[in-house]
Amino acid sequence: MTRVPSSIPLGRHLVAFRMVVVIGAAVLLGACGSSSGSVEADASVVGDLSGTPEGLPAHSPSRFDFGAEASDARVAMWDIDVRPDGVGLPAGSGTVAEGEQVYMIHCIACHGPTGIEGPNDRLVNSEQWDAFPRSRAIGNYWPYATTLYDYVRKAMPQLTPGILTHDQVYSVIAYVLYLNEIITADAVMDARSLPQVVMPARDKFVMDDRLGGVGPIR
Amino acid sequence: MPGKEGSKLSRRAWITTTSGVIAAGLVRSQSDAIKLVAQEAPTAGPDPTKVPGRLVSEVGRRAAAEQPRRLIRAEALSSSSRTPLADLMGTITPADLHFERHHAGIPDIKFEDHELLVHGMVDRPMVFKMSDLMRYPQVSRTHFLECSGNGGGIYNRERMPSEITVQAIDGLLSTSEWTGVPVSTILREVGVRRGASWILAEGGDSAVMSRSVPLDKVMDDGMLAYGQNGERIRPGQGYPVRLFLPGYEGNTNVKWLRRIEVTDRPTHTRDETSKYTDPLGDGTVRQFSLMMDAKSVITFPSYPYVLPDRGWWEIQGLAWSGRGRITKVEVSTDGGRRWVTAALQGPVLPKATVRFRHLFEWDGSETIILSRATDETGYVQPTIEQLWDARGPATSYHQNHQRAWKIASGGEVTFGLGDLV
Repeated sequence: MTRVPSSIPLGRHLVAFRMVVVIGAAVLLGACGSSSGSVEADASVVGDLSGTPEGLPAHSPSRFDFGAEASDARVAMWDIDVRPDGVGLPAGSGTVAEGEQVYMIHCIACHGPTGIEGPNDRLVNSEQWDAFPRSRAIGNYWPYATTLYDYVRKAMPQLTPGILTHDQVYSVIAYVLYLNEIITADAVMDARSLPQVVMPARDKFVMDDRLGGVGPIR
Repeated sequence: MPGKEGSKLSRRAWITTTSGVIAAGLVRSQSDAIKLVAQEAPTAGPDPTKVPGRLVSEVGRRAAAEQPRRLIRAEALSSSSRTPLADLMGTITPADLHFERHHAGIPDIKFEDHELLVHGMVDRPMVFKMSDLMRYPQVSRTHFLECSGNGGGIYNRERMPSEITVQAIDGLLSTSEWTGVPVSTILREVGVRRGASWILAEGGDSAVMSRSVPLDKVMDDGMLAYGQNGERIRPGQGYPVRLFLPGYEGNTNVKWLRRIEVTDRPTHTRDETSKYTDPLGDGTVRQFSLMMDAKSVITFPSYPYVLPDRGWWEIQGLAWSGRGRITKVEVSTDGGRRWVTAALQGPVLPKATVRFRHLFEWDGSETIILSRATDETGYVQPTIEQLWDARGPATSYHQNHQRAWKIASGGEVTFGLGDLV
């Protein structure tokens, strides 16, 4: 979303790719040369047993320019994701009361009268956990409230995705957050308030800390 | 075998196999002839050397008796179907048997209408039609694709199943030769700006399925794949184009790819927060656990196969690692006490399945067979106890622990991990 000046020189990557091709060929020689005596290294062979990504040919132009520049309008039309900092949230607002009406029309069939019954994903669980959750729902597992906007706008309702207005999306999110005991009945959700909602599970999430194949199993 | 009984003999088999013998005067009765036919013509169908065959066709088909099928989890918009691993040979999965995991069904997208928007922290936001993408220099690579939920059905301390197939356990795994354009080529076209570190990849299905992926990964070996096993990618695999990230969990390989946004942070979409994350049992939830750890499964013998007799059998299976090449697969035929190194069928490609084999003389007594893989990082496929200890009981992804099959004295093969834990 944020424009930052000056490009990363991607030539760095291309150089790395070419080196990998050469190394791959050398490995081929080492592995097969003694047994067959006839394998020749050929740096023009890409995708050989080294299996490494192939760089562009050395005589490639700096740009091919296949494809068209995307207009601002085109980007705006498709750029519909919403981030935890609120970037991407549209104008509009919604209330818990309005959200209940949206829920009873568009959501109840799959998620049940109180967001617990299903048959599809359980939405409501305000019971918190220490070691691990017995069931995972918005109130005890989702780390960011903004994800609700990103997901509902894109994918819900399942059979008629995209049917809800911005106000309806804000409203139904407000209602579901209310059912999860995260916001009060009089809260209003909009581009300013939604990113400020602190989800109970937020601090439980940690980046992958496996050890890249070495060390103990994690 | 059909055809061993006289009543099932076809008229043609009767005539063609007995006429010469009758003419020679060696057969004196119809029952003599039936006995002869039973010895000489084991099939009930016409002798294929005596009837003309079928003509050429525009599209081939499998032998009528060979009809491997995917295993469907549920008839639902968000569902999966599993590859019949025990029915397959080598490493390549026929495209029509590649596993499926859709979050809102398979969209109908026309090749000529599809567009990919690349924008965000770039110098030139661009939109590519398929004809544009296909004009860029192309690469082909063989890689596995595995759903990180694969194997979830057996990570259960209380109720370990025994009558379950390798397809039902681990069929969310397939291998293809993928063809497309490196993502790095396309990002070079748009000019990535300094400070960028992630991308958001977004699909054009009715879930608009989206995942955040580190920029380093897509620059390393990410591909915009439009080909699979020599043909254009199939609708169930993302036609006309998908993101392909070798070694990464299946869900990040976004199908029907319509948008890449270059960013400086992850977007935290639903499928990287409420799904595809791992509660570890210590109060934390592991997020962006994208790499698929090394794993192996024995595909033969496996449930519901019954070994008909003792003697020599070749144990076979598949091994793979998201971190590179498999360097070793070991097999145990005594419940894990002793391990022997299995043979690997080359070429052993990085981030691709390799078939392993171990010739085994079964003495007819009950035993449990296992396999464990090691990859080029030195990582050894863990036991289920190791995963339970490290991650607790509540994870539902990345269950790459060793599998086991029990061979009963009668030859019946069942899933045997429950007997070991």
